[in-house]
Amino acid sequence: MIPRPYITVVVTLLLALMLSMLPLPDWANYARPDWLTLVLIYWVMALPLTIGVTVAFIFGLLLDVSQSTLLGHHALALIVVIFLVQQLYQRIRVYTLIQQAMFVGILLIIKQLIVLWISGITDNAPDTSLYFLPSLIGAIIWPWLFILLRDIRRRFCQLEHH
Amino acid sequence: MVEMNALFQTRASLIVRTIILIIFSIALMVADHRWHHLDTFRLTLSNLIYPLKYIINIPAELLQEVDQSLTSHEQLVKENQQLKLDQLLYQARLQKMDTLNLENQRLRKLLGTPKKISERVLIAEIFSVDQDPYKRLISINKDQNDGAYVGQAIIDANGIMGQIIHVEAHASTVMLISDSNHAVPIQINRTGLRGTVFGTGDSSKLSLRFIPHNAKIKIGDVVSSSGLGGRFPPNYPVGVISQIKRPAGETFADIEIIPSAKLEQSREVLMLWHNAPSDTYGLKDTN
Repeated sequence: MIPRPYITVVVTLLLALMLSMLPLPDWANYARPDWLTLVLIYWVMALPLTIGVTVAFIFGLLLDVSQSTLLGHHALALIVVIFLVQQLYQRIRVYTLIQQAMFVGILLIIKQLIVLWISGITDNAPDTSLYFLPSLIGAIIWPWLFILLRDIRRRFCQLEHH
Repeated sequence: MVEMNALFQTRASLIVRTIILIIFSIALMVADHRWHHLDTFRLTLSNLIYPLKYIINIPAELLQEVDQSLTSHEQLVKENQQLKLDQLLYQARLQKMDTLNLENQRLRKLLGTPKKISERVLIAEIFSVDQDPYKRLISINKDQNDGAYVGQAIIDANGIMGQIIHVEAHASTVMLISDSNHAVPIQINRTGLRGTVFGTGDSSKLSLRFIPHNAKIKIGDVVSSSGLGGRFPPNYPVGVISQIKRPAGETFADIEIIPSAKLEQSREVLMLWHNAPSDTYGLKDTN
């Protein structure tokens, strides 16, 4: 029997993956936040012993397949970010929502930098100033996403307490 | 106490696990980039993703269906008449084409260079457009079972659209010629000048590079595929030259091309079978 928190986490992560695949008009694509990373950051913060780099790796590969990038491209960036969250979760938890949002913004920028760096090595990297807009939007929506996911966690998984 | 122990244990093994996964990701990327050994692995993963992709596309498909069923009778009749007229026109043109084809083949035989003119084609439907705004990728609803292969040329009614870069479950990913990582070997119809057309990342224009200032080109020249490189079949239209700049001090002219294919608007595309899959499979991308 798969433990219940796993089901909740996987379902929310799959929803996040769907949000990142949803067809949008071109202008909105430039602002689309990185849903998968945001949701994953939340779950690692909330359940650091259950959810970690392995889950990040698996979902990173799924993101790579859905975006037709090299296998391992997003996976690598996600692993690094999730590792940081796992090291620092105790500190992030006591931050206020605004501080958390800023911290998450920095994590998202780190992820985008790694993705940009790999694209720079393999193909042509994009060269617009809009490139980091998704991270900014991600940081702005963080407080709302945090509250939403916290409610989901309280409702569906009450296993882990620290 | 037990929990504390568990905590410290995971801390130590976490670093090891992270390093192993990072090395594994890098190995995957290298394998995927250098060789195409991971195509089956990607296919398996894409099978997992397919249901999600399918659900996401339901609203768009529904909208289209509603739109179709709401089309008025009058409009349909009008469209039908227009299509019949077009059909007549094309058929008349094709009649002439048949005789021309025969004549061409006869002449080629005389010259001793027989050439196959028609290629096998299949109509595919565009299934979804990639979300990454810095790429020009689309998914079409044909896969391995339909004979799709990596490197297959995709065209629409007006010209070359792109090529298949991944064959997945129930779908294939196509890189459009406007993607900044794409290049097509071309020939200018009027003069026969050869060159390479690169994507710019913007679907309304392509760029013809490495053409010297004094080359015989002018605005309005039609550019079509040259067939060199073996990816794209020769003589399919790629675009029309729309702008020529000759910046002083630069070695090459700055030439802009408007693509012939409707890269952003087509709904149906054609897959072309040119060069058997077995010989294109191991080739690297054209860029």
